[in-house]
Amino acid sequence: MNPLAQAPSLSDFGHDPWWLILGKIVFAFVVALLGTLLGVWFERRVVGRMAVRPGPNQLGPFGLLQTLADGLKMAFKEDILPKSADKVIYFFAPAISVICAVTALSVIPFGPMVSIFGHQTPLQVTDVPVAVLVVLALSSMAVYGIVLAGWASGSTYPLLGGLRSAAQLISYEVALGLSIVAVFMLAGTMSTSEIVAAQGNGTQLTLFGADIPTPGWYALLLFPSFIVFFISIVGETNRPPFDLPEAESELVAGFMTEYSSLKFALIMLSEYVAMVTMSAFTVTLFLGGWHAPWPITEWSGANSGWWPLLWFFGKVILLVFVFVWLRGTLPRLRYDQLMRFGWKVLIPISLVWIVILAGLRTIDDWDTQSRMYAIGIPAGIVLLAALFWPSRKAAPKPTLVEQVDNRPPGSFPLPPLDLQVPPSPRTRRMVAEREPANAPAGQDSEEV
Amino acid sequence: MSTSTLLAASGAVSGGEAVTFWVLAPLALAGAIGMVAARNAVHSALWLVLTMLSLGVFYVLQAGPFIGMVQIIVYTGAIMMLFLFVLMLVGREASDSLIEVLRGQRIAAIGLGLGFAGLLGSGVYRATQGSTPIGLEQANAGGNVEGIARLLFTDYVFAFELTAALLITATIGGMILAHVERRKEDKRDQVATMKARFAPGNYPGPKPGPGVFATSSSVATPARLPDGRLSDRSTPDVLPVRELTAEETTLKGTEK
Repeated sequence: MNPLAQAPSLSDFGHDPWWLILGKIVFAFVVALLGTLLGVWFERRVVGRMAVRPGPNQLGPFGLLQTLADGLKMAFKEDILPKSADKVIYFFAPAISVICAVTALSVIPFGPMVSIFGHQTPLQVTDVPVAVLVVLALSSMAVYGIVLAGWASGSTYPLLGGLRSAAQLISYEVALGLSIVAVFMLAGTMSTSEIVAAQGNGTQLTLFGADIPTPGWYALLLFPSFIVFFISIVGETNRPPFDLPEAESELVAGFMTEYSSLKFALIMLSEYVAMVTMSAFTVTLFLGGWHAPWPITEWSGANSGWWPLLWFFGKVILLVFVFVWLRGTLPRLRYDQLMRFGWKVLIPISLVWIVILAGLRTIDDWDTQSRMYAIGIPAGIVLLAALFWPSRKAAPKPTLVEQVDNRPPGSFPLPPLDLQVPPSPRTRRMVAEREPANAPAGQDSEEV
Repeated sequence: MSTSTLLAASGAVSGGEAVTFWVLAPLALAGAIGMVAARNAVHSALWLVLTMLSLGVFYVLQAGPFIGMVQIIVYTGAIMMLFLFVLMLVGREASDSLIEVLRGQRIAAIGLGLGFAGLLGSGVYRATQGSTPIGLEQANAGGNVEGIARLLFTDYVFAFELTAALLITATIGGMILAHVERRKEDKRDQVATMKARFAPGNYPGPKPGPGVFATSSSVATPARLPDGRLSDRSTPDVLPVRELTAEETTLKGTEK
């Protein structure tokens, strides 16, 4: 197994003919659009299944065309421009969101070197020495789309949604950046293709005489970073349980309340493209990119040719499923809980973990042993914490009768606890007068 | 090496670099002028964002991809967003008035600004004329990011840490001045709130709105309870609970 033979490096970029570059850009764009079309359908089906209902199933096989129909419907709706809106900014805000979300796909490696019409080329639009920072920059620019949409609408709910999202995204970006620092420390590079290549070389561990191939995926080696990163991107994409900017129960639809028709469609598009982009980004940084997972790697051709596309998109779909799963499971956080979680939990954990990792790297020069430290120490800490967590013994709860008896005099009146609701006399009369449905003819029964 | 490092490596200006410069330089200038000229504060901030983004791309063109991206993330993404955050609270209709308080200051400012730009531009132009850039390839030899990291953690480590300490001090100072954290015992949780709500002497239902069962929409109009009494819970504490006269309850015609 030699996955590195196929892995592109930075010098492989910038030699493509123009039609190949165009083709790759179109491919990334189509991935974004198809990701949205299928993502909305996927989300509605999965959430439907989780809520024990079928979800969209009428239009096309398995309801696959539902999103297309919804999109067409949205295009033909009336485009309402609020009187108090700042017209130019109101118009540009959704476009900023979409542009930022789609552009980030250009530095995501979809696969290794492949041959397209005789050209050896990496399956990636482009790569730069700071590709990860490009994605971070784009995600920080995407905040403008939301904030400006909220401000330019000229009404209260969108403004509140925009302000909330500004604070939320900036806080979660800090945790996001800090968790990526660990990846930089291990990979020694900021280019996405080289980070993927660095995850390709796993090591053989000899445990009790048996050789166990360990993957070099950073999700395992840098488990705490992976967790912090994933939580942060949920906050960064405004997905439940962190969808505060568009909290329906408080802010109608948050920053997009005043949007309608195609502009609203653009906002929806950017949200789902961001979900796909961020999933792909996670796969690139932590889940080995296009590298095949373990059982498949036994087959030597798994990491060459066009097969890696399959592994890559399989992992992306898995992560999108986790996004949907979170939405189907967790209730929305309160705003102060969200901020406290970001600043007081995620950021300190990231900082401490970076310090631990830096210490590990100076102890010995990052061989198998320290890898095992890296896996073992956090796992051990988590286990110890779970074991010795001070279990707060709840005081025995008084029974209902005791609680009622202990109420001070003058309390709000309560109905008696043994209250039996007497049957309504009207119902008894109606039942008695009704013709029995299944009684044999001629037999008059008074009982029901 | 990557394309962006190659662009500026030789000192000669390549075609792509020139095109990018001539597209973005007017945009950056327009952003700077627009920032000063825009009357709305948020529009000003957005013009400045345009300038900062263009500057970020210029850094990338000058074989400094790291500093370019950091410019966009830190300045455009974080600092300008903070500005915008404050400006949004000011309100949408707040625009500067065009009345000059100091007579002739605008003309003078434009003149002085142009003069200063001319002086600075010509000075830099004459100073750099004919000189060839050297040392870029050595600086970027191990990669741009690695080069900056090496400098920051060797030659400039003291300055770097001093800056970090200063920033942290400022941040903590700001937090101490502005942030009030209540002790855990002082916080009333949901259970305590509900107990207080249903405690004797407190009516747990919502307050009646002013003017309920009354003839006026004025906040001074007390609500009338079902038995005809006036409810003192329906008016603000500063207002006496009393029957309003017919003259007081008629509409004043102040609505548009």
